Amino acid sequence: MSIVFQKPKFLTDAPTHYCPGCSHGIVHRLVAEALEAVGAEGHVVGVAPVGCAVFAYNYFNCDMQEAAHGRAPAVATGIKYTNPDNIVFAYQGDGDLASIGLAEIVHAAARGVNITVIFINNAIYGMTGGQMAPTTLLGQKATTCIYGRDAMLNGNPIKVSEMLATLDGPSYVERVSVADVPNIKKAKKAIEKAFRNQAEGKGFSFVEVLCACPTNWHMTPLQAVEYVKGDMTKIFPLGVFKEV
Amino acid sequence: MAEKKLMKGNEAIAEAAIRGGCRFYAGYPITPQNEIPEYMSWRLNEVGGHFVQAESEIAAINMVYGSAGAGGRAMTSSSSPGISLKQEGISYICGAELPCVIVNMVRSGPGLGGIQPAQCDYFQAVKGGGHGDYRMLVYAPNSVQECVNLMYDAYDKAEKYRLPVMMLGDGMLGQIMEAVELPPMKDPKTFPKKPWATTGEGIGKTRRIINSLYIVPDELEAMNKKLQKVYDEMAANETMVEEYKLDDAEIVLTAYGTVGRIVKSSVDLLREKGIKAGLIRPITVYPFPKDAFKRVGEMPCVKEIVAVELSTGQYIEDVKLYTECRKPVKFYGRSGGNVMSPEDVVDFVLKEVK
Ligand SMILES: Cc1ncc(C[n+]2csc(CCOP(=O)(O)OP(=O)(O)O)c2C)c(N)n1
Ligand code: SF4
Repeated sequence: MSIVFQKPKFLTDAPTHYCPGCSHGIVHRLVAEALEAVGAEGHVVGVAPVGCAVFAYNYFNCDMQEAAHGRAPAVATGIKYTNPDNIVFAYQGDGDLASIGLAEIVHAAARGVNITVIFINNAIYGMTGGQMAPTTLLGQKATTCIYGRDAMLNGNPIKVSEMLATLDGPSYVERVSVADVPNIKKAKKAIEKAFRNQAEGKGFSFVEVLCACPTNWHMTPLQAVEYVKGDMTKIFPLGVFKEV
Repeated sequence: MAEKKLMKGNEAIAEAAIRGGCRFYAGYPITPQNEIPEYMSWRLNEVGGHFVQAESEIAAINMVYGSAGAGGRAMTSSSSPGISLKQEGISYICGAELPCVIVNMVRSGPGLGGIQPAQCDYFQAVKGGGHGDYRMLVYAPNSVQECVNLMYDAYDKAEKYRLPVMMLGDGMLGQIMEAVELPPMKDPKTFPKKPWATTGEGIGKTRRIINSLYIVPDELEAMNKKLQKVYDEMAANETMVEEYKLDDAEIVLTAYGTVGRIVKSSVDLLREKGIKAGLIRPITVYPFPKDAFKRVGEMPCVKEIVAVELSTGQYIEDVKLYTECRKPVKFYGRSGGNVMSPEDVVDFVLKEVK
């Protein structure tokens, strides 16, 4: 009998703590498949964020470091420069990357440090219970903007991929979504490319993934993926923003 | 053969770090320690290491976290306001049990303060400036040569106990130029193995995790107990103190770092005047030389102690604590970047003590 489907070897057997309908699990799998595809075994270190993916070090089956909130790109920079032959990746949420850690991601990108960053944009602070994120859409409700985000009161969402693409440092910036199967396939390709770039020494690669947080969006999983495909994709258009 | 050179304190510390095995440095410019990143930026290149001018002190300390976690000998340096920004990272480094070196060339505060020498970060350095129950091994060198000697072995100590070593200097120590003997480059092959480091090979049971998150209270308490045991062991082995003309001293002057050196001259000046003065100078301010200070408290000849420091009264608290308040302790301090001369200390003693 031939095996047609199995768990990627870069995922552990630990059951994840993610909510039903959460996109984190899908992206974990895509990252693990990409690591396998580029032959990262024996030379890979991941960096987990502070956020719902804080326990990612229990799920990725490789050496892992847990970073302080927002500092994953700095931690990854230290790891990469210490052992440059290792594949090094950071996995971060939007509060982590686009708010408290904005300086670290911008400078890692500008430096062009040869790492891969996977950016989970779910437009909300998942772990702390649904507060407004830097990527929360105008009109979207959160526990710190209960009537919906108002530009006058709360400012505007940050479009990280567009911003990073203005820099000379990054070799690759793409935004994808995991809201349905065709998009997951595209996301898989993008993530694999971001790791292949690193393996080939091309420099800083960044993939933003539009993700669902049904729990804090107060939606069913199905409503949540529709929200990603509709409202969210309108504000955060998919596509390649930079490729060198 | 040891090599002799005339060097600034900041440069000497950087060179000694490299000879002691440092191969990664990340830092952000701030006076009065800029010579350290400047020196590292070209010198690390020569030895196959890596220098990063970080976007902030926060990024710098987290790069050190990454490098140390990956098994490197990593270092950052700064001065007071920058060290405040590093506190979060220092706490994580202690929680994750990572060895590294942090240099603080202290300047006067609070706030932006001034750029002149001070010792106003004493509490921050020895009582834990960041959150959580942690300690560091904190050296307070009094000369450029002592900087070199302590820095040279700092990584060996840091790795033995898996904690950060802080070099607590001040603007004066960083800027002063002195002749130093430089020890030879250490051979990385002699460094201890780090089976815990994320060097990339881990998979399945062999994987390594660098982490300070313990969600279960009992596990975190066990971790805290483990750390305290390490700190106790470090205190038993690493405490360092200099005693000078203490045997028959009636007046004991005490100070650390460069002030310890100034006060040593005051002891000689007082002796010339027929006053039996002595000095006790901690070389490690954490662990504090508790036993030596307890002895001073118990010495029948000692009438009074004078704590001298470049702050408004931080170090004096430990002096009182560890002499168990058995002798009166007077305070003589300057702040704002003002530095006392040996004669100033003598005048203080003549006026206030005798
Ligand atoms: C310095 C610091 N500030 C705040 C927190 C609390 N905190 C934990 S997770 C989080 C937000 C994470 O949101 P995001 O990055 O969007 O990830 P998600 O949980 O949505 O996956 C915050 C604010 C913290 N751990 N550390
Ligand atoms: S709170 Fe949101 S982001 Fe966090 S696990 Fe649940 S669905 Fe996922």
